[in-house]
Amino acid sequence: MYTYSDFDAAFVAERNRQFRQQVERRIDGSLTEDEFKPFRLMNGLYLQLHAYMLRVAIPYGTLRSEQMEMLAHLAETYDKGYGHFTTRQNIQYNWPELGDIPNMLDDLAKVEMHAIQTSGNTIRNVTADHFAGAAADEVADPRPVAEMIRQWSTDHPEFQALPRKFKIAVTGAQADRAVIRAHDIGLRLHEQNGELGAEVIVGGGLGRTPMIGKTIAEWVSLEDLPAYLESVVSVWNLLGRRDNKYKSRIKITVHEHGIDDIRARVADRYELVRPAYNGAHMDLFHQIAAQFGSPAFRNVPTDAYGAAYKADPVFRSWADTNLSAHKVDGYAIVQISLKAHGETPGDASAEQMRAMARIARDYGHDELRISHEQNVVLPHVHTSDLPAVHDILKAHGLATANIGLISDIIACPGMDYCALATARSIPIAQEIATRFDELKLEHEIGELKIKISGCINACGHHHVGHIGILGLDRAGVENYQVTLGGDHTETLALGDRTGPGFSAEEIVPAMERIVDTYLAHRDGPEETFLQAYRRLGMDPFKTALYGEQPSKRTKAA
Amino acid sequence: MTIIVRDDGFHADDQTDFLDLASDTDPATLDPSLAKNIRIAFPSSADGRGFSLARILRLQGFTGRLRAAGHVLSDQYAMARRCGFDEVEIPDDLAERQPAEQWLFRADWRAHDYQARMRG
Ligand code: SF4
Repeated sequence: MYTYSDFDAAFVAERNRQFRQQVERRIDGSLTEDEFKPFRLMNGLYLQLHAYMLRVAIPYGTLRSEQMEMLAHLAETYDKGYGHFTTRQNIQYNWPELGDIPNMLDDLAKVEMHAIQTSGNTIRNVTADHFAGAAADEVADPRPVAEMIRQWSTDHPEFQALPRKFKIAVTGAQADRAVIRAHDIGLRLHEQNGELGAEVIVGGGLGRTPMIGKTIAEWVSLEDLPAYLESVVSVWNLLGRRDNKYKSRIKITVHEHGIDDIRARVADRYELVRPAYNGAHMDLFHQIAAQFGSPAFRNVPTDAYGAAYKADPVFRSWADTNLSAHKVDGYAIVQISLKAHGETPGDASAEQMRAMARIARDYGHDELRISHEQNVVLPHVHTSDLPAVHDILKAHGLATANIGLISDIIACPGMDYCALATARSIPIAQEIATRFDELKLEHEIGELKIKISGCINACGHHHVGHIGILGLDRAGVENYQVTLGGDHTETLALGDRTGPGFSAEEIVPAMERIVDTYLAHRDGPEETFLQAYRRLGMDPFKTALYGEQPSKRTKAA
Repeated sequence: MTIIVRDDGFHADDQTDFLDLASDTDPATLDPSLAKNIRIAFPSSADGRGFSLARILRLQGFTGRLRAAGHVLSDQYAMARRCGFDEVEIPDDLAERQPAEQWLFRADWRAHDYQARMRG
């Protein structure tokens, strides 16, 4: 894993020193809230519905156990004892006091973390495949590239007052676990003639105008990548719309000008920008990459796993849902669900964070990841240790066996925290999870992703949920629109609206009707909800939700 | 009236002749031989187009004086310098609210610069 250079450490210390001074000036009144705003936005501090919120970057979702322990310490010391992991591999603290923020940032710096560029119109925390370095289907490890991009984008002088925020995601595997086509820039690492480079995808994004990203370059060599990224962002900085913040993201720029026009402009800018990189970035890259070697994998018998799998049905159920294939024999990737039925998706208490840190230290080569699905990943666990790991998880309420199932819901903070929300999303997620747990149906249903957003900004990624739920406000009443058939993987697709929305009371029964329809029509348990939807289309679901459609009847007659 | 900010603090305007460029200038029209001195407008601190315009001019080989003029905040001073501006011109009222020591606090713009590290 990457550890800070002296340069990184000095940079963060200096930023914290500056911000401490700015916070003091805000508290003693010499800065108004308006004047303070640009400073706090540079440092991940938001003003929310009830309080300040600090968003801490977890670069490409990667943590060591001491870092997770520090996150627990912050939750306990400065917040209400828990933290909230987000869909962008960050953690948010919802209740800190302004006066404590500088101390929180200094604490974070002790374990090489910060909150820089987690807010504001800048290049945000770069995200990556949460199975990086462990996945069996990996072509290239995305973390060194993501770290290079982190350093390249941090404090980039040209890009601190962009038209809007800018998000980059990187993957190096066949499966896309980083939703790269829903980012301002998505990078898919692959080799060409034995040289590592990246397909560059631009202009994806969800929000009120969802767009699937388009390929602007099939392959850019690693060496050319920073200059290429710089050219894309520079072109957008000058061309992106600043008259309307809903039209300012690069997806709209690409949509309005066309991908060919943007490609030509980027090629032009690239001519100018590329010579300014003299190769020092590659030295830096090699230094970074050297730090991402594989841990010392053990080659020991796996019998303990087989025995527990046979003997313990609870362990078996957990192993069946929460484990993924590792690139090394005898190892597994473990996903820890932060979606216990009835709890807030993505929340973890300080005690749970410490338990996960301890497991990572004792059984997981000291590594943890945060997934964009708001779960925690132990990327390297030897299968013989899984029974012990499962026992500890159980003792801390972390052994929910529901990864990828209907209760593994992504939900944005919604009305409970977010100033922009038009409806609640967390309580809806809780009700759905609780209901399907009561029905004892979720393993029968199999893979089904529900994603919920509390307003049109789509932080809950509802467009790409197999079932998406969007909470709106209709004349003061919450109304939930439903979409079906979204897909957040390499076959990215936006869901289709079912029709009129549902009230808060109707939404759980509506979910039941959708699921019943799927169970009644599927070819068998092997046919997932998404596959069945693609085969069947909207009609049977529409009928189940709204009754027989008159127009259909005429057609049939 | 306006104040000129440089690395050593506030100065009175020395009234040089500048070619004025708006923040929405088409980058295709930029050329290092446009003028000897160029002043780029920052209508708001959230409008960062001037940073890209300055950078393009410098990459094209512009060697004259480059000034950022308008609503630039002291925290953006380092950004402006790193993008190739020589100085910043701010209105008097802004200078009153952001006195010289706030700008001097950020005058060490060469320190802690990731980009400089990346470019060797
Ligand atoms: S989708 Fe809307 S309600 Fe939910 S977090 Fe984003 S802005 Fe807030």
